[in-house]
Amino acid sequence: MYDIKALYEATSVQDAVKLRLEHPDAQILAGGSDVLVQIREGKRAGKELISIYMLDEIRGVSMCDNGDIRIGSLTSFSHITKNEIVKKYINVLGEAVDMVGSPQIRNIGTIGGNTCNGVTSADSASTLFALDALIELTGSNSVRVIPISDFYIKAGVVDIKPDEIQTAIIIKKESYENYFGHYIKYAMRNALDITTTGCSVNVKLSYDKKTFEDVRIAYGVAGPVPMRAKSAEEFIKGKAVNEQNIKEFSKMVLDDVNPRDSWRASKALRLHLCSELAYRALSKCVELAGGEM
Amino acid sequence: MAQYKLVKCTINGKAVEQMVDVRASLTDMLRNDYRMTSVKKGCEVGECGACNVLIDGECFNSCIYLAVWAEGKHIRTLEGLLKENGELSDIQQAFIDETAVQCGFCTPGVIMSAVEILESGKDYTDDELRKLLSGHLCRCTGYENILRAVRKTLDKRLGKENAE
Repeated sequence: MYDIKALYEATSVQDAVKLRLEHPDAQILAGGSDVLVQIREGKRAGKELISIYMLDEIRGVSMCDNGDIRIGSLTSFSHITKNEIVKKYINVLGEAVDMVGSPQIRNIGTIGGNTCNGVTSADSASTLFALDALIELTGSNSVRVIPISDFYIKAGVVDIKPDEIQTAIIIKKESYENYFGHYIKYAMRNALDITTTGCSVNVKLSYDKKTFEDVRIAYGVAGPVPMRAKSAEEFIKGKAVNEQNIKEFSKMVLDDVNPRDSWRASKALRLHLCSELAYRALSKCVELAGGEM
Repeated sequence: MAQYKLVKCTINGKAVEQMVDVRASLTDMLRNDYRMTSVKKGCEVGECGACNVLIDGECFNSCIYLAVWAEGKHIRTLEGLLKENGELSDIQQAFIDETAVQCGFCTPGVIMSAVEILESGKDYTDDELRKLLSGHLCRCTGYENILRAVRKTLDKRLGKENAE
């Protein structure tokens, strides 16, 4: 038995919105692989819960008419990895979420829960930052769509209004078309481990594959929330594709990141990882894009 | 005040219904209401896989799955693998033959993951099998015998020549 004060089961997104307004102290429950564990640990014990898990209307991946990819917030990690649209256009996201927990966790864990948690180590988050993802929030009177970088406020806190539910994550066509991405998770073991530091890179090369037209690099656990390394990105845009520029880029990321010492790893290790993972992930992206170093 | 809900589902092919405390996990419901004691209470935080069951064909740790979410679902546990007269299925027999069972506490959960793997009809490399079985902790066997039991059953079902 869980220590739950009351359970409210939403029957639709609008019903969930209504329940949120009626029970302002209630915690939203998606797949539960974080919330239920925290209840077990006593952290969120004795609370009211609003379960949205049964809302199939916000489950699944679809291609919009304008080419944007829409991922329902309750889509499980394993369904994202297996999805044909994801495989074809944003394979890096399918690979990233295939590193979460274990097979059973990937069947219950949702991409919406992973982002709404607001934790920096979420395996989906860094790749969503690197894909310039948008977050769709449905409230009682309106639907808001905001960049994922604005969604994260601080560690554990995201921009969800008291009447809102996160309903989808959107990847714009211009954000994925002709980009090649790669994610590296560094952790102590392959399964059931939290990322020590993770790095996700997306690259668009020029037509002749000699120049970096655009590079987006994002980290998990390089700061209190997932983040981009913007000055390194600015440096490499328009530069020639070669070893020296990638090396320089991997040093420049250190101006942007801000990891800390924790019981899982030291700041020194994480800084080393930020640089090394940038080098490896960008090199891999160049290879995927058909460029030569 | 206790809050109850009627939950209708199928368990190992049989349609059932039960008033369930909304605070119950699926492990609680399967063990206490339906006496499915192959579903073990291990870590109860989704790490060890001892409570693993199949829900609509996919593996879930039933300890971090609310019982009320079982509404309308098809749930399968190890008990469902036994044949009419209690004979073992091929994967269970393989676990015995390969000494993939010692204390046995993790075994039902691992076997249900193996069932999902076997029923996919696909072939997998040993590395892929290791990843697919990575949601289980076993403190006795060292995993090699478990891997071998799944490998041999998979090869047999796929009709591979070198399978025994």
